[in-house]
Formats: sequence, C-alpha cells, structure tokens
Amino acid sequence: MEKNTYYNPADLAKFGNVTEWQAEMGRKFFDYYGEVFKEGALTEREKSLIALAVAHAVQCPYCIDAYTSDSLQKGADEAQMMEAVHVAVAIKGGAALVHSVQMMNKAKELSM
Amino acid sequence: MEISANQRLSLTGRHHPLADTGYQLTVLNAAQTSGAAWPAFGSKLRETGLLPLRPTGISTLQLNVGKMCNQTCKHCHVDAGPDRTEIMTRETMALCLEALRQAPDMQVVDLTGGAPEMNPDFRWLVEQVSALGRQIIVRCNLTIIVANKKYHDLPEFFARHRVRVVSSLPHFSAARTDAQRGEGVFERSIRALKMLNAVGYGQEGSGLTLDLVYNPSGAFLPGSQAGLERDFKQRLRREHGVEFNSLLTITNLPISRFLDYLLESGNYAAYMDKLVQGYNPAAAANVMCRSTLSVGWDGQLYDCDFNQMLELPVEARAPRHIRDFNLARLQERSIVLNQHCYGCTAGAGSSCGGATV
Ligand code: SF4
Ligand code: SF4
Repeated sequence: MEKNTYYNPADLAKFGNVTEWQAEMGRKFFDYYGEVFKEGALTEREKSLIALAVAHAVQCPYCIDAYTSDSLQKGADEAQMMEAVHVAVAIKGGAALVHSVQMMNKAKELSM
Repeated sequence: MEISANQRLSLTGRHHPLADTGYQLTVLNAAQTSGAAWPAFGSKLRETGLLPLRPTGISTLQLNVGKMCNQTCKHCHVDAGPDRTEIMTRETMALCLEALRQAPDMQVVDLTGGAPEMNPDFRWLVEQVSALGRQIIVRCNLTIIVANKKYHDLPEFFARHRVRVVSSLPHFSAARTDAQRGEGVFERSIRALKMLNAVGYGQEGSGLTLDLVYNPSGAFLPGSQAGLERDFKQRLRREHGVEFNSLLTITNLPISRFLDYLLESGNYAAYMDKLVQGYNPAAAANVMCRSTLSVGWDGQLYDCDFNQMLELPVEARAPRHIRDFNLARLQERSIVLNQHCYGCTAGAGSSCGGATV
C-alpha cells in the first residue's frame, strides 16, 4: 500500500528507474557510482562507512537505510558505524560553530 | 542482550512449529502475500542450463556425527543444542569408513555436527579416517575446546592427525559474535584460538591449517571474502594476537533457527528478495552439492547438510543409506532442490568452503 508521506521505503528499490526518463545520463551516473564503491585505495568497508556518514550529513533516509545495510554487509560493527556518524556530526557541528568567529568579529566591530 | 532460558533450548526442545521440517518447507514455498513471488529455484537453474543438477564428481564425504552441541546459536541451521541427543553410532561410522575404502576419490572427510567432538566415538573416527590417508576437516565451534577438561587437549589431537580446523567466528567484535552465538562466546573463542595457535595452527610454515568462518550476524549477505579476511586478520592480530589462515564467508540459509529469526524479526521477505535478486549463474554452477555427499547421524544420505536438516534425502533412485553406498549410482543422481538453495547462489556464492566465485 502507498504510504501517504514524502518518503516511501519501497521507492529505494526503484532508484534504477530514473534511467527511464534520461537513459544516457542515468546510465553514466550508475556506472560511475559502481566504480566509486569498488575497492581501491580505500576498502569497500571504509567507503561504505564514509557513505553512511555523508548520508547522515545530507539527512537522506534512503541512503541511511541503504548504507546501514551495506556497512553491516561489508563487516562493520555498531561501534564503527556510530563513530562514522560522529565524524559527520563533528564536521556539521564544527562547520556551524566555526562561523561564530564571524559572529564574534562582527559583534566586536559593532561594539565599543 | 538477555538470553532467556527458552533461547537456550533448540526449536525441537521448545516444541516450536518450525521444528517440523514439513512446516519449514511450507513457509519456503508459500504463495507470497507481500506481492513478491519468488520463482522456483529449479526454474532459475533451468534458465542457466543446469537442470537437472548433477554432481561433477564426489570428492568430499561430509559426516554429520550428531546434533548435540554445547552452544545454541541463533542462526543454527542444524537446530543443534545441549538438548539434542541424536548421535552417530560407531556402527554407522564403520559403514562410512567402508564407503571411503570403496571410493578413493573421496579425498576429503568433513566432520560436522552439532559439536562433532561431543560424539563419544569422535576420536576413534578421526584415527580411522587418518589411517586411510584422507584429509580431515573438523568444523570446531572453538568453545568446546575450553568447555570441559576432557576437551582441552583437542588442539594437540587435531595436530597429530593433521586435521584442518574450520571454526566459526562471526565477527571480530565481541558484541556481534555474542549476539549470534551467546553471551561470552567471543572471549572463550579467543582463548581456544590461542590454544590452537600455541600448537602451531594458523602459524606460517607449520602446515596446520586453521580457517575461520564468517556468518553474517543478521539479515544481510556476507561482504567480499578477501576484504573481510584482511579486516579479521588485522583486528585479531592487533587486539588478541591471534593468527589464522583463511576466512570463509558463508551465507545463512533461510532454514531452521535462522528462518525462525527471519520470521520473528520481520526480515523474511526482504531477505528472500536479497537472495533471489542476488542469483549468480556462476555461483550456481559451483554449488557444493555437486562435489559433496552428506551423511546424517543415522546413516541416511543427502545432497548437502542443509537438505539433511530439511529431511530432504537424495532422490529415490539413488542409494539412500550409507550401507548401500554406490559411488557410480550416486554420481548419476539429480540433486534435490528447493527455495533455500537461493542461499548458495547469491552474490559471490556460498558453500562449506566459503564463497564459490
Ligand atoms: S551453529 Fe554450530 S556451534 Fe552454533 S549451535 Fe549450531 S552446531 Fe552448535
Ligand atoms: S542448499 Fe544444498 S542442494 Fe541446494 S544448492 Fe545448496 S548445496 Fe545444493
């Protein structure tokens, strides 16, 4: 049954269908995607954990679902997965906080 | 994670409906209400040109010497446990030895259970097979070695007979291992691995092979065997000083206690989807039933240990008991298939020897 929300878990499996409306670009994207996640200078598990962290940063429920499964499949454990999320959190939080230097600069500029 | 007294009993001991293999087969073959119907495994093999599925040459005789085990792992396809009493007798073992004498091509004898070491005639059997000059594999759950004083010398015994030890360690993290195999299993497994290392197992140049088995501790497929092996080697060496030879990745088949877990956790349909979508024709050509014959505790013959646990014997035209062993007729049989077989053909494939492609 269709859920009455913007996000539907069943849509994740339909990701590949995006090629229906633009075959060439879609195909190139998925080829590239596949290439990116192959073992290289980084292991498949490391790449999966990075994807999991980024998924949290971009707050994509599809990606969180997919890369939680994928990280487990690639052999990651709970501690590694949570540490990866904390890396994303630290960078997101840090990115907000570091702007406070600008706030401080401006406040000082305006103050006696 | 709490382990209730109930969880320490096998499905059989709990009189669980899934203890009935007929019921398991009904579940596996039920018309799906989720809208996802999975094609019959046989029809997939037909598309690949492999039906009827025939042996390529029986090189391994796998003996399940009993369902008794000191553990009650949640994913166990045998439904083994301390409450299971089915055990292979010495008479049946003697019939297996006779079959081995008749068939010198069966070079490998793979001993499994339960915990095979708990069979009172286990050591006798190993000595007899060793005298025949065949390669012996023991599927040792590790914790048995430290379970009782009478098992403490198993590493030396294995070494004496050049046994290849194949042991489950589902994860290098204690939490993930214990979640699947029981509280404290990881710590006891590490102790046992150190005892095996101490007599030379897993050490370079010793010629004594210690392989570990990785089973996913949940409703997902194993990742790349080579990648996981690297991670396991690094972590076990760094954190525990443990050495081993190879890591074998084995997919959990949707039967017995793993089927119970899938149904209870609501993961059954999604897991079957994964297996069916992951069908790999190359893995299908390499399924282990083409090179293995499986013997049950009572001497019945099966195409593999999974069919054995589903009580699906070899086809009726073939000899069905080890006392009637006839290699030529068994080589001609067609292998009995069902929906659980998708577990052997997904992704990189799965067998008792790990990935197949
Ligand atoms: S998986 Fe192995 S160790 Fe665990 S209960 Fe089953 S036979 Fe025993
Ligand atoms: S489950 Fe057994 S019979 Fe089926 S493919 Fe796997 S090894 Fe062969």
